[in-house]
Amino acid sequence: MTMIQTQPQEPTLRESRNTSEDAVTFVTRDVTVHYGAKKALDNVSLDINKNDVTALIGPSGCGKSTYLRCLNRMNDIIPGCRVSGRILLDGEDVYAKSMDVVHLRARVGMVFQKPNPFPKSIYENVAYGPRIHGIARDRAHLDGIVFTSLEKAGLLGEVKDRLHEPGTSLSGGQQQRLCIARAIAVQPEVILMDEPCSALDPIATAKIEELMDELRINYSIVIVTHSMQQAARVSQRTSFFHLGVIVETGETEQIFTNPIDRRTQDYITGRFG
Amino acid sequence: MGSHHIVKSFDDQLKRLDQLIAEMGGLAETQLANAMDALIKRDSDKAAQVVGLDHRLDELEQEVDHHTVSMLALRQPMASDLRQIIAALKTANILERVGDYAKNVARRTATLAEMPPVPPALTVGRLGRLAQEMIKDVLDAYLARDVDKAHMVRERDKELDALHTSLFRELLTYMMEDPRNITACTHLLFVAKNLERVGDHATNLAELTHFAVKGVMPMTQRPQEDASYFAVAEPQGK
Repeated sequence: MTMIQTQPQEPTLRESRNTSEDAVTFVTRDVTVHYGAKKALDNVSLDINKNDVTALIGPSGCGKSTYLRCLNRMNDIIPGCRVSGRILLDGEDVYAKSMDVVHLRARVGMVFQKPNPFPKSIYENVAYGPRIHGIARDRAHLDGIVFTSLEKAGLLGEVKDRLHEPGTSLSGGQQQRLCIARAIAVQPEVILMDEPCSALDPIATAKIEELMDELRINYSIVIVTHSMQQAARVSQRTSFFHLGVIVETGETEQIFTNPIDRRTQDYITGRFG
Repeated sequence: MGSHHIVKSFDDQLKRLDQLIAEMGGLAETQLANAMDALIKRDSDKAAQVVGLDHRLDELEQEVDHHTVSMLALRQPMASDLRQIIAALKTANILERVGDYAKNVARRTATLAEMPPVPPALTVGRLGRLAQEMIKDVLDAYLARDVDKAHMVRERDKELDALHTSLFRELLTYMMEDPRNITACTHLLFVAKNLERVGDHATNLAELTHFAVKGVMPMTQRPQEDASYFAVAEPQGK
């Protein structure tokens, strides 16, 4: 009898990846975050694999965005925020005193819910990062980086004749891809995306999702999303957060067809917890 | 699946799906029972009623198809909901098949009633009762999401296969004894095969029940006891 099998299967090309040490970008252990007296994240441990899209799902206030912001220390700017536990990026302690936060945020780029291009030209939006990080050797090199980044972000074709128009003149979906190009321009290892499509229409969303699938060949991607269908479509691994803890992490297919934990089941099927 | 969906109409749709399957199952059971009853009693009128009612199962199957496709498109079900919907889609197909077998049995009944009776018809009756029980029990298991009960049905397929094999031999023997039995016995042979297939479908339904509840198919190989593939009748008879 033929039947949809939800048991572990031979990995397909799309899912295949190695699981050795060097295939893990972030190792996070016992991460606890307080905002003042309030505990937002409680002893969370998770590995982020290279070349995977990892989706973080869960109800509002479950800690998924808090966790995401720990990965490039975006929480540093929030008053009263305390982070404990270990967060290692390629074995390096992200919260070590010696860590250069500006450099860290180049290595771990971020794309936000609302596209936030700088009030500058399309070209300058992308060129800004490489310039301040001293990545570009000369003008020709910088041009190359800008073009390649726009190309990788799937935007070049649409903007190549208007590079000196303001970034804000683009449509919402184009602006979001411009923000992705800006993140890529500084050659990051990881791209964090916090609800990157929630302000976009379905076509712009599909373009970003297609882009994620291409980008993961070179980068690790972590995405926070409230759309479970989106998590199911774009990710290889999914973590379900609830009340500041990770309830379940697994292969995306397993999480959405046969979750182990009752709370995961209730959440993804839209039941009362 | 105890707790309720936040969107109540989703619960209503899932409930409706179970009701449709229950209705189909009840009808398939009745069709099979009536077909067997007509066969044993050599009642052509009753057999004709069975043939005439088969379209109702086809219509119900289409209703289940329509309902599941619309739920897949509009609800984007996940996890246990997704499995329940897929299982219902396949179950409806199985029950429609069971109805077809009942109809085939009924069609042959009209022919058999015109011929002198042959004794193996009684063994066919036993085979029919067993197949009916399996379908009834597995439907109860399916609707109650009772994996243990489903497993018990799956085990009983052995019994049905063994009975089918012995009936096969019995029919061969009667045909060798007297060539005038050949027509009736050949028809009974097809009836027996139909009933054996009903048992196989009950087994499939048991496996679907397991899948819907546990998310995986049962791991152990299903019992395969049908030895009729290898049955021969020696010229000397038994």
